[in-house]
Amino acid sequence: MSGYTYKILIVDLTAEKTNVKELPKSFCKKFLGGNGFGIKLLYDHVKPGIDPLSPDNVVVFAVGPFLGTSIPTSGKYIVYSKSPLTGFQGESVSSSFWGHSLKMAGYDCLIIKGRAKRQTYLFIDDNIIEFRSARELWGKNCIETERLIREKIGDDNVHVVTIGPAGENLVRFACIYNDGRFAGRTGIGAVLGSKQIKAVAVRGSNTITVDKPDELLDLCADLIERCRNNPTIQTYRTVGTSGKFNQFYKAGIVPINNFQRSTFEETELVSEDIRNISAEYMMEHYLNKPMGCLGCAIACGHIHFIREGIYKNTVVGVKYETIYALGSNCGVKYFPAIAKANELCDKLGLDTISTGVTIAWAMECFENGLFSSRDTGGIDLSFGDFENLINFIPKIAYREGLGNLLAEGVKRASEKTGKGSKHFAIHSKGLEFPGYDVRGLKATGLAFAVSTRGACHLRARVYSSEIGGKINRFKVEKGHGKYVAQRENLLTLFDSLMLCKFSEEIWNEPYKEFANLYTLVTGMTITSREIRTAGERIYNLEKLFNIREGWTVKDDSLPPRILKEPVPDGVAKGSIITADELKFLLDDYYAVRGWTKNGIPTKKKLIKLGIDDVSEEVTV
Amino acid sequence: MHRRFIVSDPDKCVGCRICGLVCSLIKEKGFNPLLSRIRSIRMEPTFNISIACCLCEDPTCVKSCPKSALSKNMETGIIHVNKDKCNGCAWCIESCEFGTIILHPTKKTVAICDLCVGDPKCIQYCPTGALMFVSTEEISQKTREKLFKIFAEKL
Repeated sequence: MSGYTYKILIVDLTAEKTNVKELPKSFCKKFLGGNGFGIKLLYDHVKPGIDPLSPDNVVVFAVGPFLGTSIPTSGKYIVYSKSPLTGFQGESVSSSFWGHSLKMAGYDCLIIKGRAKRQTYLFIDDNIIEFRSARELWGKNCIETERLIREKIGDDNVHVVTIGPAGENLVRFACIYNDGRFAGRTGIGAVLGSKQIKAVAVRGSNTITVDKPDELLDLCADLIERCRNNPTIQTYRTVGTSGKFNQFYKAGIVPINNFQRSTFEETELVSEDIRNISAEYMMEHYLNKPMGCLGCAIACGHIHFIREGIYKNTVVGVKYETIYALGSNCGVKYFPAIAKANELCDKLGLDTISTGVTIAWAMECFENGLFSSRDTGGIDLSFGDFENLINFIPKIAYREGLGNLLAEGVKRASEKTGKGSKHFAIHSKGLEFPGYDVRGLKATGLAFAVSTRGACHLRARVYSSEIGGKINRFKVEKGHGKYVAQRENLLTLFDSLMLCKFSEEIWNEPYKEFANLYTLVTGMTITSREIRTAGERIYNLEKLFNIREGWTVKDDSLPPRILKEPVPDGVAKGSIITADELKFLLDDYYAVRGWTKNGIPTKKKLIKLGIDDVSEEVTV
Repeated sequence: MHRRFIVSDPDKCVGCRICGLVCSLIKEKGFNPLLSRIRSIRMEPTFNISIACCLCEDPTCVKSCPKSALSKNMETGIIHVNKDKCNGCAWCIESCEFGTIILHPTKKTVAICDLCVGDPKCIQYCPTGALMFVSTEEISQKTREKLFKIFAEKL
């Protein structure tokens, strides 16, 4: 039993029954863990065309073979479901102690099916699984719920994933909380809410063994040393992801006022305005403490403490994406307000990115007279008005008034509202954009368009090469497709073996090193070629899931604003990805992937990847 | 000669628990923080610390053991557990003011940090340099240095 536990726990809420199944070794080697297990089990356990918020949907939690070992940054888990936001495969990665507890309890995966008859939380105590009443927890915020469950069980070794009021009220971008971290994207919190599951508490006591402990330990010493010395990782540890803000702003890719601008002041490149939300200012003015996840030698998560002003005593870890989503994109330049909005989202269980983009869309509607203050319940939703932004966030979580519309996500909200508001609804496949104006990052634009979970910066993560000048970010050329595809395959491996993508720079030859680690941990020999193929296999399976749900080439697209309006200001001024350019990029990408012109994997490709058997109905 | 023991600096500790994982692998041949001789505590939202046996001068654990299974090596300061005598009653665990003694769930005897015979492995693996192997004199020197810096800034 090395690396894996070789077991899945299946919880059927409708029947109130649990079942433990063996995972064959061949399955583990083929799908590796995390991302691979998640998509394969989702593919097998969900029927095509179901409503994501019905009992027919399932939620799959999966961990990787390296979790719980001393391999740095291995403390992650992934959660998979059919997304209520996109209708395609939904996935989100989180980390810290919960996944570790699940593995120590003896499971590589947890599948939650059906719908509970009453408000329930699960308590997995090694091999004892209890369905407990969540009546007293319903309505409580994420952090409180975690504390109450721990107090009730009376053991700090209990770790909890939970949803907040947003998940209970089926907000389509509700997230999942554990140990101060979030599985934020694609709205799986709402799926748990639809199943009447408030939380899953886990306590595990089993030891995780590896095949070659001594060799692994020596290797880990080297890997940790690389983490200590890497300059990018040092920045993550001292400042956090918010340290990227200034760099991105100077590159003209931080979206402002719902992608209407890329600078706060037209005349100046770096105005005084951004000073107050720059990392340096934050370091100086707000307590900033790095908090690591389990096994993390990076500690990118920083807790900020607002000590004075109207938002005094706000304590929250603010990331770059949130400074963009609830800050610049809503026209907010006052850091304590961003922190306060972030704290609210965290407690209510809302994804900060989707929340920010959806509210920014509503602000633009308000600006254009599509909504009046009567629609917004007397709240003046203008860019930059942070008090009203903060007052409005709970309305989404509780689906009050206009909040009920926004709780559907920007895609559905703009379709319902019409009147030209689809033009500035910034999403791809229904998932709201992270903080990158892709008009000045064309390879990233391609990555956002083709991403299997909707607009996502982490599927290919090519923005750093573009900003660093490794590839020309303003040009559409052949080769972008290959680069994006390769990066997607590699990063799928990070999500399957479950290593943090922020550790990317420490790996000199990732495929070779991953294969070596995999062999040392599991005792199963794997070559770097096999592991590379596994990454491609898993990515193709994600694609097959989407095709089965009705994906067509039209879904690999970008918002009209990105395709029709050039960037009006800043370094990227005039830049745009036209529909023709996107078509060119897609053709290049599909060809490299070995897919048809319409983006469908060919039978030949799937035979090569060993997944032709799973997909009779969707291949050509 | 001042004895050295394991100290963690909460300003540097990020709560990754690599120390505990490495400890359990070395001592128990498998990764399990519950079996580790160094334990990590996190108090949300910002406090982390790892703690191992502090080598008390007059250890309450030794005094509390009804079977006389625990003894202190006067030269190194390490508390030794006589596995034949220990019956897992856990009185030592109750008496330890730092919560650093564990009861092995299957062997049913207690285990205490033995400093890896003077070269603690947890310290080598600590990614942030939060763990230190220091004597009481060295740790008080560090504290004085910190204090001095605070005064120097004020002047």
